[in-house]
Amino acid sequence: MPQNYVPIFLFLAVVGVLIPATLLVAKLIRTQSPNRVKLMPYECGIDPYDSARGRYTVRFYIVAILFVIFDVETIFLFPWAVKFKALGTFGLVEMLVFLGILIVGYVWIWTKGALEWV
Amino acid sequence: MPNFIMSYLGSTVTPGEAGSQFWALIYVLIIFAGVSVAVICMNWIERKALAHFQIRLGPMRVGPHGLLQPFADALKLMLKEDIIPAEADQFVFWVAPLIGLLAAFTVYTVIPFGPSQAVSDMNIGILFMLGVSSLGVLGIVVSGWASNSHYPLIGALRSSAQMVSYEVAMGLAVVSAVLMTSLNASGTGTLSMIGIVQAQQQQGVWFIFKFFPLGFLAFVIFAIAMVAETNRAPFDMAEAESELTAGYHTEYSGLRWSLFMLAEYAAMIAVSSIAVTLWLGGWMRPFPNLLHAPAWDFIFSLFPGLTFGGLAAIAMIGAARMPAHSFFRIQRIGLAVFAALLAFSALLLLVIAIAGRSADTSVAARFREGIDYVYWFVLKVAVFMYLFIWYRATWPRYRFDQLMRIGWKVMLPISLGVLLLTAIVGVILP
Repeated sequence: MPQNYVPIFLFLAVVGVLIPATLLVAKLIRTQSPNRVKLMPYECGIDPYDSARGRYTVRFYIVAILFVIFDVETIFLFPWAVKFKALGTFGLVEMLVFLGILIVGYVWIWTKGALEWV
Repeated sequence: MPNFIMSYLGSTVTPGEAGSQFWALIYVLIIFAGVSVAVICMNWIERKALAHFQIRLGPMRVGPHGLLQPFADALKLMLKEDIIPAEADQFVFWVAPLIGLLAAFTVYTVIPFGPSQAVSDMNIGILFMLGVSSLGVLGIVVSGWASNSHYPLIGALRSSAQMVSYEVAMGLAVVSAVLMTSLNASGTGTLSMIGIVQAQQQQGVWFIFKFFPLGFLAFVIFAIAMVAETNRAPFDMAEAESELTAGYHTEYSGLRWSLFMLAEYAAMIAVSSIAVTLWLGGWMRPFPNLLHAPAWDFIFSLFPGLTFGGLAAIAMIGAARMPAHSFFRIQRIGLAVFAALLAFSALLLLVIAIAGRSADTSVAARFREGIDYVYWFVLKVAVFMYLFIWYRATWPRYRFDQLMRIGWKVMLPISLGVLLLTAIVGVILP
């Protein structure tokens, strides 16, 4: 039923038109007098001495990778959940095998310390 | 023209389903305006409720009991200077709040305010909702990166890590609710938001009470995860003001900053709507199957009018109790006018409820039905919005390592366990 998906674009269009229009109205009525100090990055009054785009902890990458694995697993569970009663015991056992493999991986991640935030 | 309107009132499917883009556009505009107004109201209620939690008065000066405060704030934000830092990436900086807003608002396409009171009903509704609402993290990451400043970058990274961590538990809780929809004669469930509510109606139980306490546990996991998803206290690590000034929107000012607030509150309402749809029976009034006599229908349809009447009475008492000083005269008149407006709405709703009490296809009856559905849905969502404020007033903020530990080591195993137990119970029980 493709007509069900058309309203998404209506929503995008309404938000995409009205919000920039509001920003434009605000641009017309506000004062604007920037100077060098105002345009500096905010660091609680201290002059920034290096670029913000430096290094940060690798933990964020690990979390992102773990998220991809577990989220794909969740998405894989949806079709089974929809046909859950029809598939019955067979579906449950199949899914237990799938989740069992995943839980082994989860326990391994846990013992490896990937879930620790040091 | 009347025929055109009547043809809509007679239809029992959503405008998206009927392929009527005109009515879909009207719905979109109503929802956009409604959510914006709800955000303005939330702004006032949050400041007022937080103040009373801390035994303060909160905004009192702008309008009676500070009722006009949100409008004053909006005007102030409109007139404020808009600073884009010199080292920021101008285009990405400009587009970041827009991404957040689009993600937060597009979700409302599938939120079912009633069996036909939704913009559209997709057969993958809940998947669409989870997918689009998690796009909100993109706006946050992009805004933090484009600012080219330390605090926003750290805030954005924290926020993204936190949102993806809790999304896993959230998804598993949603799966256990979807699983319950398939427990019927045909054995096939649904992912459509309207279908999920109808499944609860058919099974005669809200999913929060299904397989007690399994449904309740899944609901609690979702309720915790949704606070983390929307970056609200006690999980507001992304904008922890004591360590990161304001987190990802530190460099934003003026109206552009308020767009982030709008997106945050719109996302809060959206996730609350998912919780209400999946576990709390969506648009259904209490006990629709148990108390199904027409007399009960009539009694429950009086609730919207009575609610507005109660609010009008509170405003009236407030006006009567104002100090008798000439300084308060204008405020007293303002509050009395506000009470009169509320009383008029209450009267209108009561008239519609009485005129449309017969369950036929007349215009009044259709209106009465629609108002009932939207009323119960909004009431349930409003409870969640109050809970958001209550959490913020009650609990101290978590540390980031505690937050990640709870997400990965507590919420994920519990939600997986609840899902497996629900599946096993669902197979064993006939």
